[in-house]
Amino acid sequence: MTEPAATLLSARGLTRTYPGVRALDGVDLTLRAGEIHALLGENGAGKSTLINLLTGAQPIEAGSIHLDGREVRPRSPADAAASGIVAVYQEITLLPNLSVAENIYLGREPTRFGLVDRARMRREAAILLSRFGLSIDPAQPLSAFSTAVQQLIAIARAVDMSARVLILDEPTASLDSAEVAVLFRLMRELAASGMAVLFVTHFLDQVYEVTHRITVLRGGKLVGERKTAALPRLDLVAMMLGKLPSGDNHLQRHAAREPGAPFVTVKDLGKRHLVAPFSAGIRRGEVLGVAGLLGSGRTETALLLFGAERADAGEIIVDGAAVTLRGPRDAIRLGFGFCPEDRKLDGIVPDLSIRENIVLALQARLGWVRRLPLARQRELADTYIKLLNIRTPDAEKPIQLLSGGNQQKALLARWLATKPRLLILDEPTRGIDVGAHAEIILLLEKLRDEGMALYVISSEVEEVAAYADRVMVMRERRQAGMLTGEEVTPSAIIDAIVTPVDMPPPGRAA
Amino acid sequence: MSGWFMEARSRLALLALVLLANVLVAPGFLELRLVDGRLFGGIIDILNRGAPVMLLAVGMAPVIATRGIDLSVGAVMAIAGAVAAATVNAGHAWPVAVMAALGTGLACGLWNGVLVTIFRMQPIVATLILMVAGRGIAQMITEGRVLTFTDDGLAGVSSASLLGLPLPVLIALAAAIITGLLVRATALGLFIEAVGTSPRAARLAGVPAPGILIGVYVWSGLMAALAGLIAAADIRGADANNAGLWLELDAILAVVIGGTSLYGGRFSIGLSVLGALILQGMRTCILRSGLPPELNLLLMALVIALVLVVQSPACQPAIARLTARLTRKGTA
Amino acid sequence: MKAFAKYGAVALMLAAMTGCGDKGGADKAADAGKTAGALTIGFSQIGSESGWRAAETKLAKSEAEKRGITLKVSDAQQQQANQIKAIRSFIAQGVDAILLAPVISSGWDEVLGEAKAANIPVVLLDRQIDTADASLYLSAVTSDTVEEGRVAGRWLVSTLAGRDCRVVEIQGTIGASLVANRKKGFEEGISTAANVQIVRTQSGEFTRAKGKEVMEGFIKAEAPGSICAVYAHNDDMMIGAIQAMKEAGLKPGSDILAVSIDAVPDIFKAMADGDANATVELTPDMASRAYDLLAAYKKDGTQPPKWVQTPSTLYLPDTAAAEYERRKDLY
Repeated sequence: MTEPAATLLSARGLTRTYPGVRALDGVDLTLRAGEIHALLGENGAGKSTLINLLTGAQPIEAGSIHLDGREVRPRSPADAAASGIVAVYQEITLLPNLSVAENIYLGREPTRFGLVDRARMRREAAILLSRFGLSIDPAQPLSAFSTAVQQLIAIARAVDMSARVLILDEPTASLDSAEVAVLFRLMRELAASGMAVLFVTHFLDQVYEVTHRITVLRGGKLVGERKTAALPRLDLVAMMLGKLPSGDNHLQRHAAREPGAPFVTVKDLGKRHLVAPFSAGIRRGEVLGVAGLLGSGRTETALLLFGAERADAGEIIVDGAAVTLRGPRDAIRLGFGFCPEDRKLDGIVPDLSIRENIVLALQARLGWVRRLPLARQRELADTYIKLLNIRTPDAEKPIQLLSGGNQQKALLARWLATKPRLLILDEPTRGIDVGAHAEIILLLEKLRDEGMALYVISSEVEEVAAYADRVMVMRERRQAGMLTGEEVTPSAIIDAIVTPVDMPPPGRAA
Repeated sequence: MSGWFMEARSRLALLALVLLANVLVAPGFLELRLVDGRLFGGIIDILNRGAPVMLLAVGMAPVIATRGIDLSVGAVMAIAGAVAAATVNAGHAWPVAVMAALGTGLACGLWNGVLVTIFRMQPIVATLILMVAGRGIAQMITEGRVLTFTDDGLAGVSSASLLGLPLPVLIALAAAIITGLLVRATALGLFIEAVGTSPRAARLAGVPAPGILIGVYVWSGLMAALAGLIAAADIRGADANNAGLWLELDAILAVVIGGTSLYGGRFSIGLSVLGALILQGMRTCILRSGLPPELNLLLMALVIALVLVVQSPACQPAIARLTARLTRKGTA
Repeated sequence: MKAFAKYGAVALMLAAMTGCGDKGGADKAADAGKTAGALTIGFSQIGSESGWRAAETKLAKSEAEKRGITLKVSDAQQQQANQIKAIRSFIAQGVDAILLAPVISSGWDEVLGEAKAANIPVVLLDRQIDTADASLYLSAVTSDTVEEGRVAGRWLVSTLAGRDCRVVEIQGTIGASLVANRKKGFEEGISTAANVQIVRTQSGEFTRAKGKEVMEGFIKAEAPGSICAVYAHNDDMMIGAIQAMKEAGLKPGSDILAVSIDAVPDIFKAMADGDANATVELTPDMASRAYDLLAAYKKDGTQPPKWVQTPSTLYLPDTAAAEYERRKDLY
């Protein structure tokens, strides 16, 4: 790989705040002409926000963007495209029922006597597509082609709009390996022609295969920019997951305790195309941490354990007896609770009040006939608002008005009200402010010490290493290891995440 | 409860305006007379004529709250009326006919609920099937004619009175109260709103979403059957072509005027009933105004547009400021 | 063209299966009819949306049978497209004439042009069409809807014998030409009498329920005892209005005179019970006049008039019981 030359795009100090959380905090990004640049980070790291600012989908709060040394301040995606910054997203944003040619020239159709010149449009589309190695009929509707081809067409459209900076957001997520190869060849050609390609992905192999440089974000902040060739995979994952330089660990690992009675045992639980069979045991008063990168299958293990997805293999044993989970209600009846990763979509019920959100799971377990009296509901809500320090004037406010951290506490309250025996938490501290973050960690430790079993999925390796008794590591949708006792260190977790598993990934092989 | 009255205030004001318009059109409108132990008066007429749409709105509000819609209620009215008429004409007693009609309504609701819940059809499509086919089913039962009957018991569903009030009014009010209790004295209301606002979150919290969904459609079918009985009893005949025609739209409008969003979530039975009464009040006023009938639809549309614009999120802050200023002046 | 005709025939068959249903018999009769030299006539009917229309179809069949005519009925289920298909199919089958009860008034020029080119005379039943070329059809047999209103108005004037009378009018669905005509005719019928005036008019949308609701409104809005007569554009609305009067404690037929149009069976029942006073017949027997003029035209080329009006007969309570018996199975 040749060393890319001049700086093409330079973003400095980009900042964007959402209510209660700083989504992007003074982030810098430098793209050089002719380079493929990876943008990496876990969910909530700020990748989408950064792209939105670069493409004008959201206004810039603070900071600046320079393209070719001139400041640009895109007010809309069309505006950004006019300056030469174009994004192509994973969900293709073209119109499936229009023809390929119409999609490529949508909004800028060649005209003749004021009318759209269809013949010319098709001719030019064919020439353009042939440059991308696509010999397809541009008169066909877009929907006639595979996702991979649609992706290439979307890129062709972007390039034809004289893009200087091409942003590809998870372009390979639904492509097979041959299609990925075609896409990579195209990316290299575009870079060689002097463009800069910003490649957002969670496939680390692909990052090492195709990119020149890497920028890593975490929690809305810039972790650093590195040359790909000079960054070992271990160090990359450590950057993404927030491992501090060794010896600098301020979080003290809690003292080893007498293990409690075994509560839930999972034996070879799995589902085809979702996650390969995994096994784990959770005792009372114990935290089982689950580590892995985005897309590693870590969330899927929780969905199976909570019955939100039905397993097709293996068994779950609770208190020595095998159980079948036909849905979340079965899990709740066993005393399980689950705070999902996507708080806004899967967690809160936005229109309802904080009180109603808190009592929802308990009420659902009681059934519709035995309604909790309003006084009891208020008492419960007030108790937990106080206990968890949820910052709100009263319990009758719609929950959507709360900040992310307080929403998360209300969701914890929803489950604590059911007096759960096992609490499953998927990224409980993501996207919330520092104060709430610390409070939630303290709460988890308190619950553990009171004898609750906890199953905590987290990309915060330092934290997991501190409070988890054992850590299950997921990689490529299968269990990659189980660390116990003294083995539970941030370095060991990252090692396990990075070390390839011998077996081929599921789904493809199945 | 005070929250409900805050919500209800604007609708009550609207209803008052509509009643005032009626008084302007017919000066004796608000008078109530007791003749032969039965109340007569403009208010009673509105309640009586509005009973079918009130019933439909009572059934429709929970459906809309689950982010659904039931377009079939007008057709279910026609089927239920036809079943009742055919049953008494076949020589059965009127209670049998009433039970048969209500059973038909339950079955229709179950059909809708199963299509929406088990087959995951979009509610608008699922209920469109019965909306179109239902009238055909009713026409098959009546053979395309107005199927008249002479059974006084069945006709009494519309013409009888109790405690001075016409039976349709009592049926509609009882249905509203029972439904209101059913959703608010139990946890059903909370579950319905949770499912309608965020189906995935509700499922993960353990809310029995499929049962709730089927339940609201079954209830809507039952309410529609009651409305169909009243409509058939009113004209002593089942008119498959016209019974309940377009009333599904009136019911949806009543629920919307009652403040429920078509995107689901918060709903109120009481406010939906108020919405139905506002609509009927407007209709009665226009019918009695003596204005040329060519203006009926135009007037109705203008008033409804006005009501909805006033209730729109864009107008709410301005209205809140206005009421705040008025109340300040009032107390000062 | 051939393929087109084939699809037309399939459509006709489907329509016949879902609609009137006795296609098999008609087909066999058609073969027999051809050899005997009798007429084969295709009838594109709108549908079977009302008792009146069902009666029109029934009478078309029975009158055809009487005359030895082979009648092929196609039920269009309220769709013009179905009617056009049916007509094309009739042309392909080489019928001798076509009867058309058009569902809407416009858009017939092309298909009627095809019939004309095939030399097949078309007679419109019950409704007129809008066309610049009157030669596209042989004749139109319809009632005179203005005359219907006139007959009702004249009856009221003569019944009142000079007495002052405030009339309320229940119109049909706003926008239908039928409604405008029945309104206009009635106004003409009472124009000679200064003692009769229409004080309120409102739409009852041709249904019983709306007729009842409108009448309730009239009774409430007018001073007690001040309404002397009600005129309804159809009998169904009158039946609803009669219920409204009864529930308000009034005696329809004597306290308030009741005159309406159509002559459906139920209004005869009401007349026999003394609840209604008069109805003007819109006869469902449209087809027999069409058969007669077609027979004359086929025999020696007699050109019928372009518009044949069916009589608007007035019926009074004296014959009501007998008329009810005669009609109850027809509708």
